[in-house]
Amino acid sequence: MKLGIVQFPGSNCDHDCLHVVRSVLQVEADLIWHEATQVAGYDALVLPGGFSYGDYLRSGSIARFSPVMRAVTDFAEAGGLVLGICNGFQILTEAGLLPGALLRNSALEFRCGWVHLRVESTASPFMASYGHGQVLRMPVAHGDGNYVADPDVLSRMRDNGQVTLRYCDAEGNVTPTANPNGSVDNIAGVCNESGNVFALMPHPERCAEPELGGVDGLGIWQAMVLALTSAPLRV
Amino acid sequence: MTRTDTAVSDADLREVSLTRSEYERICNQLGRAPNRVELGMFGAMWSEHCGYKNSRPLLKLLPTDGKHVLIGAGEENAGAVDIGHGLAVVFKVESHNHPSAVEPFQGAATGIGGIVRDIFTMGARPIALLNSLRFGNLDDARNRYLFNGVVSGISHYGNCVGIPDVGGEVNFASCYAGNPLVNAMCVGIIPQEKLIRARARGTGNTLMLVGAATGRDGIHGASFASLDDPELSHRGVVQVGDPFMEKLLIEACLELGETDYLVGLQDLGAAGLTSSSVEAAHKGESGVDIDVSRVPCREEAMTPYEIMLSESQERMLAIVRQGAEEDVAAIFSRWGLHSTVIGRVTSDGMVRVRNGTEVAAEIPAHLLADAPTYVRNGTAPDYLQETHAFQPESLPELQDYNKALLALLASPNIASKECVFRQYDYSVQVNTVQGPGGDAAVLRVKGTPAGLAVTIDGNGQYCYLDPFGGGAIAVAEAARNLACVGAEPLALTNCLNFGNPEKTDVYYQLQGVIRGMAAACEALSVPVVSGNVSLYNETRGQPIYPTPMVGMLGKLESLQPSTTLAFQREGDIIALLGPQTDHCGGSEYVAQIHGVVTGRAPSIDLDMEVRVQSVCRQIIRAGLISSAHDCSQGGLAVALAESAIAGGVGFQVDIPGEGRVDSLLFGEGQSRIVVSLPEENLAAVRALAGDQGVPCTVIGSVQGDAVVLGDKVSMPLASAQRAWQNGVAEALAETG
Repeated sequence: MKLGIVQFPGSNCDHDCLHVVRSVLQVEADLIWHEATQVAGYDALVLPGGFSYGDYLRSGSIARFSPVMRAVTDFAEAGGLVLGICNGFQILTEAGLLPGALLRNSALEFRCGWVHLRVESTASPFMASYGHGQVLRMPVAHGDGNYVADPDVLSRMRDNGQVTLRYCDAEGNVTPTANPNGSVDNIAGVCNESGNVFALMPHPERCAEPELGGVDGLGIWQAMVLALTSAPLRV
Repeated sequence: MTRTDTAVSDADLREVSLTRSEYERICNQLGRAPNRVELGMFGAMWSEHCGYKNSRPLLKLLPTDGKHVLIGAGEENAGAVDIGHGLAVVFKVESHNHPSAVEPFQGAATGIGGIVRDIFTMGARPIALLNSLRFGNLDDARNRYLFNGVVSGISHYGNCVGIPDVGGEVNFASCYAGNPLVNAMCVGIIPQEKLIRARARGTGNTLMLVGAATGRDGIHGASFASLDDPELSHRGVVQVGDPFMEKLLIEACLELGETDYLVGLQDLGAAGLTSSSVEAAHKGESGVDIDVSRVPCREEAMTPYEIMLSESQERMLAIVRQGAEEDVAAIFSRWGLHSTVIGRVTSDGMVRVRNGTEVAAEIPAHLLADAPTYVRNGTAPDYLQETHAFQPESLPELQDYNKALLALLASPNIASKECVFRQYDYSVQVNTVQGPGGDAAVLRVKGTPAGLAVTIDGNGQYCYLDPFGGGAIAVAEAARNLACVGAEPLALTNCLNFGNPEKTDVYYQLQGVIRGMAAACEALSVPVVSGNVSLYNETRGQPIYPTPMVGMLGKLESLQPSTTLAFQREGDIIALLGPQTDHCGGSEYVAQIHGVVTGRAPSIDLDMEVRVQSVCRQIIRAGLISSAHDCSQGGLAVALAESAIAGGVGFQVDIPGEGRVDSLLFGEGQSRIVVSLPEENLAAVRALAGDQGVPCTVIGSVQGDAVVLGDKVSMPLASAQRAWQNGVAEALAETG
């Protein structure tokens, strides 16, 4: 089994993801350069956080045109597992692989800290380790995490179980004060209709080891590996 | 010997910030008059910023040797220390005060860019940023603008380059109103054998300029940083940063460091191509021959003068093995970066600048590198007589201690800085064990059981009232912060922010502070491995408080057991390690509640300080205590409240000692650490403290949801928490 972590110019969580996959999960992984035109040999892909191309135009809007994104799209459309984190989430929405868009945080400021998340749907294979309604604690660090989507798109997403994670308080109540960025319905993570493409603004790679203050993110990584072990998929 | 005094006007000299006597010295040493390009290069290299001409003799007082030091102060862009496991940590702090006074967002952003380049120039991956900021009071709109701009600029640049901003401090006082302080520290890590030197060696090797194109921005930045009214002097010389370009440079340079193509690497900071080429040649005991017509420019018709003095950001000078140019260019090209051959290493010791075939400048590197130094006479400032005469007993006794404690907790100097640090990414790179908000940040070192602790600290008010004592406290408190997380201090970096050293009272402050720092360095066995001096911090002739910032690196052999400032368990007892405080002079209490900055700064017994820190580390390592927090601004009462707020649990404490209650509660006596611990560990803690002659006084217990200090203070923890949490936001909102 081998995971591929896509490295765009300006990615800055690429090595963090590599560390978690290799050292914590003990699974083989490589960085995939943004100019690669194919992703053969990888069982799942990760689009890490960072500031691809400086996010100078709009977060993710330039990275979306990197040569590798053609291959990422083909991989996703063939059912391959794709995880987007933070900037990776932004790139996936820009690429049309996930619905909605991410705007500037409502406070117009970058926000770093720990948030609570409620598991809203376990439809995606990435959620297999968690129970419905479970409350997780993870770090966030972003300036553009304000999720929006058209009302009809949102309603379809809810029906399909595509709204995966929502910001909540420590008791699991979804409240405005628990929302760090103004996202509609406190949405923190979503998946596509088939569930194989999943992305979130919080950083599961930053909470996969106890010394960093929590291990609630580990479940996402483990679920990804589990899905590959039970149904290996090589596109 | 040729002497040409008439060739340049006073205005010409003012433009390059040289005195007439310095000009004459240049003429004598060169044996001729310098041309305009050469004069500009001398002006930049002999500025205080690059040449340390007023501070160098005093900096020699600071101890620089120690058993962990791999690269000492002044040898390279930053100091390096051995942290074991074959690894070196490289770190340095630098100021960007003057640019930030004029354009706070870009001034602070490029300050981050500059200090980060100092670290990866040595091959080290930057793993942490810290910053120390000073502003005027937030009741003034201009100060709020500067504060918001600086924080946004740090956030913008630091977050994009992916280096966690793990700690720092912000303070406010009216003396910083026209001249805020923006000091940024960066820490990097590297296997020791891979350290890169900033040296031009090997005749015939190639100089390559890498990164951004050169523009007309920042010309004379180094010289102007050495003038004393930023608002007047700095317009038009502030640069604009591009953190994306910097991120690409970091990755490309670290990749280059893995090859054997590289001979040396030097960043282009203050004085741009001039200082980088001069320093590389001087340190490499070689010469350089540069053709400025090859330098990629982003503006039309730039002159050799402009190209040599531009401070355009995100540029590096790589000295590469002859023949490896194409391989080096390929690495940079993969990262989307331009690299251009601009010259060669020579053996004649000259810095030769050509513009095509014409020679534009030709100066021995050592003349540029060895700025003249000035030893001045310091005289004690007049205000000291008055401040020393102050009697704390003359202050009216407080009627309401609850009100005073709430006011202190809400004062922007003490209140939570979460509204600042939540704008910084402090968890990227997955090393952050303790982030901002504690006494020191703690990072793990991947692949080892070890941890690093880092802190930055400084108290200008103490140094204003007692330069020597304040200097000693700056070093002692940084080390104490490290002790509170159980870390052994290895070395420090410092940024000395002062007024105009040509004034005898400012020079006195500079002398006193450095001597005080040196005494504390000796006592604590912590050498200085790097630093920066920022003088001429004045507005309309009024100097800032003498403000040394001390950034310190410590080591934890193991991340466990770990301790934070937060109370952990109801029922734990609370003890005070260290002596009782004796007076409240120079304290935040006197400044905030009584509205005067006066009195003597707290005294410090360095011998006691060393022992208190040693005991604190011992009891943390032995797993005996639940929390540790040093008493600093706001004294014992504030330290207790901060531990309670962080832990979400209250306390009941009997006010220890005798004398005026305000001094006991809010006095800022040094060498004191508040610890909480399970009662069954008390005997062991007392025994360890007793062995070293450190007082250990049980003062109360962790309990309930109220803050109770004898019969003077009693309030719900939630009230204290609210005051502390909202203090800065309310100060920002107060006057709209």
